[in-house]
Amino acid sequence: MGKEIFRKYGVPVPESYVVDQASDIKEYRKPVVVKSQILLGGRGKSGGIKFARSADEVRSSVNELLGAKIRGLTVTKVLVEDMINIKHEYYVSITLNRSDRAPMLIASPSGGVEIESVPQNQIFTRRIDPLLGYSDYIGREAAKFMQLDKNLSAQFRDILGKLYRVFQEEDCELVEINPLVETAEGNLIAADAKVIMDNDSMFRHKDIKITDPEKTPLELEAQSKGYSFIELDGQIGVIANGAGLTMATLDALTLHKGKPRNFLDLGGTDDVEIVVNAFDLVLKADPKAILVNIFGGVTKADTVANGIAAAKKRFKITKPIVVRLSGVHEDEGRKILKENGIESFPTMMEAIERVVKVAGGA
Amino acid sequence: MSVMVDKNTRVIVQGITGHQGSFHAGEMLKFGTNIVAGTSPGKGGTKFQDKVPVVDSVADAMGFQPNATMISVAAPFVRDAAFEAIDQGIKLVYILTEHVPFHDTMEVVHEAKLRGITVIGPNGPGITVPFECKIGIMPNQIFKQGDVAVASRSGTLTYEIVDAITRSGRGESAVVGLGGDPVVGQTFIDVLKLFEADERTKKIVLVGEIGGNNEELAAKYIKEHVKKKVVAYITGRSAPPGKRMGHAGAIIEKGVGTADSKIKAFNEAGVQVAEYPMDVPKLL
Repeated sequence: MGKEIFRKYGVPVPESYVVDQASDIKEYRKPVVVKSQILLGGRGKSGGIKFARSADEVRSSVNELLGAKIRGLTVTKVLVEDMINIKHEYYVSITLNRSDRAPMLIASPSGGVEIESVPQNQIFTRRIDPLLGYSDYIGREAAKFMQLDKNLSAQFRDILGKLYRVFQEEDCELVEINPLVETAEGNLIAADAKVIMDNDSMFRHKDIKITDPEKTPLELEAQSKGYSFIELDGQIGVIANGAGLTMATLDALTLHKGKPRNFLDLGGTDDVEIVVNAFDLVLKADPKAILVNIFGGVTKADTVANGIAAAKKRFKITKPIVVRLSGVHEDEGRKILKENGIESFPTMMEAIERVVKVAGGA
Repeated sequence: MSVMVDKNTRVIVQGITGHQGSFHAGEMLKFGTNIVAGTSPGKGGTKFQDKVPVVDSVADAMGFQPNATMISVAAPFVRDAAFEAIDQGIKLVYILTEHVPFHDTMEVVHEAKLRGITVIGPNGPGITVPFECKIGIMPNQIFKQGDVAVASRSGTLTYEIVDAITRSGRGESAVVGLGGDPVVGQTFIDVLKLFEADERTKKIVLVGEIGGNNEELAAKYIKEHVKKKVVAYITGRSAPPGKRMGHAGAIIEKGVGTADSKIKAFNEAGVQVAEYPMDVPKLL
């Protein structure tokens, strides 16, 4: 959770505790927000929020939320968090600016709404040199733009320094506080925390388990087996090699009025089993026909052909399989396919036209 | 010199004894690349394929006067390997590895820039100038010497297009794979500058994909600075927003990085965009 990471780095967040039964509720001190905690992973927003202004209200809110169903999941834990007295809401984030290949600080005096809806002249953006890192002069520039007084500016710059540490040390694509609340008491506090980490950095963060709530069960299964796989809503299963060629295959299918069922990049492989397991995944998506598009290089065409033939036997596939094979060992590959009664073509367009036809498309 | 490398380029391979490193070093030798040494910590003193000296470190390899390196080590060790090469002042650093944390790449790219060092990749197929030098993993048999320069964000798709160019009777002056990550060493603009200045190159092909605004920036640059003919292909027009299409960098985020936006930008710059990859040679 974003707020836990913030707390670890000293970014101020509202005090809170988690309970899984009403008897664990602590003594009532001040108004709280009771939020259901659903294990949807780092990016999932928890739903089910109640406001409680007395001990009784806290108890009834907790009881109401525990066991409730939100987005198909049963709530087993709730968060009891101090309510904050909001005087003003600001926005601040650090993200990767791809074209600049550097982190970018974004801040605005207008927070609490999507940053995309804030007018450009109310948004401060500033490059952070990756080698120099964040330093206080950047915070001073931002605080001036935000028209913060001396007290708020000091707090704001302290938060920015810590936020940059989160961004860097936790390998983030984005750290965002929206809203960053100025309380009636004159304190800045992160009322919300969004932390998106780089998947490729997970070897450095073994304690964190990312479960992307947007992935389907089949996509998660594919991920665990090392495949780059995305479910789509068409009928033609697709297996290709290389992300670019796989995307180009989907594009060409779509231009031919064929609808792809999935994206599956076989990657560079010389292993028959990788091809067989790819078929296993695509078959689970239940397509009407399967298109295999291979441009052989590191991935040899005959290896793929052997994999297709093995998959056909092992899974007793009766659905039409249309293969495009070219590149390294294409003649050997096409011979293997022919012997196993599998249709193949030397060019991508012939295979695409054929698979759209057999899948009952255009 | 041709684009980035030529027959005088002296290459080392960091991780030459690994599964990927040894296979591709072998293919590079067949292509004609001058591999002067390979590194593999702990295996110094041996030879790769009975001819290329294997040493323990880049420092040890400097005696062979390399001016380019291919890094083929596992993702967690790429930053270290790249810094090792940069520290020794090797002028061209190509990173083959996929799944490198982009925070690491960011540091490598900016450190290299300060020292005038060129970084290619990570997660791309490298650079090939037929038949002078190949650093990377492009299949040897698709090339023919010619006047078309290709820059691409993907691997296999590049081979498909290069193969189509070769089959059409033309050939290539240089092929550069930028890499599929959100942060990579080369932009289309960096490479366009080299293509425009290269005497052998007469025509240019850009192979883009969804995600980021590399293509849009390139289109603007072409309009203002490039006199040679440029054509393009963009992949990912059927991709749903918010999904990473295999490459970490191929994602439409908050409406930024769509294929439509890139195709529109190219068209406005007078760059024709092919509908299918194999149509690219027809536009040349």
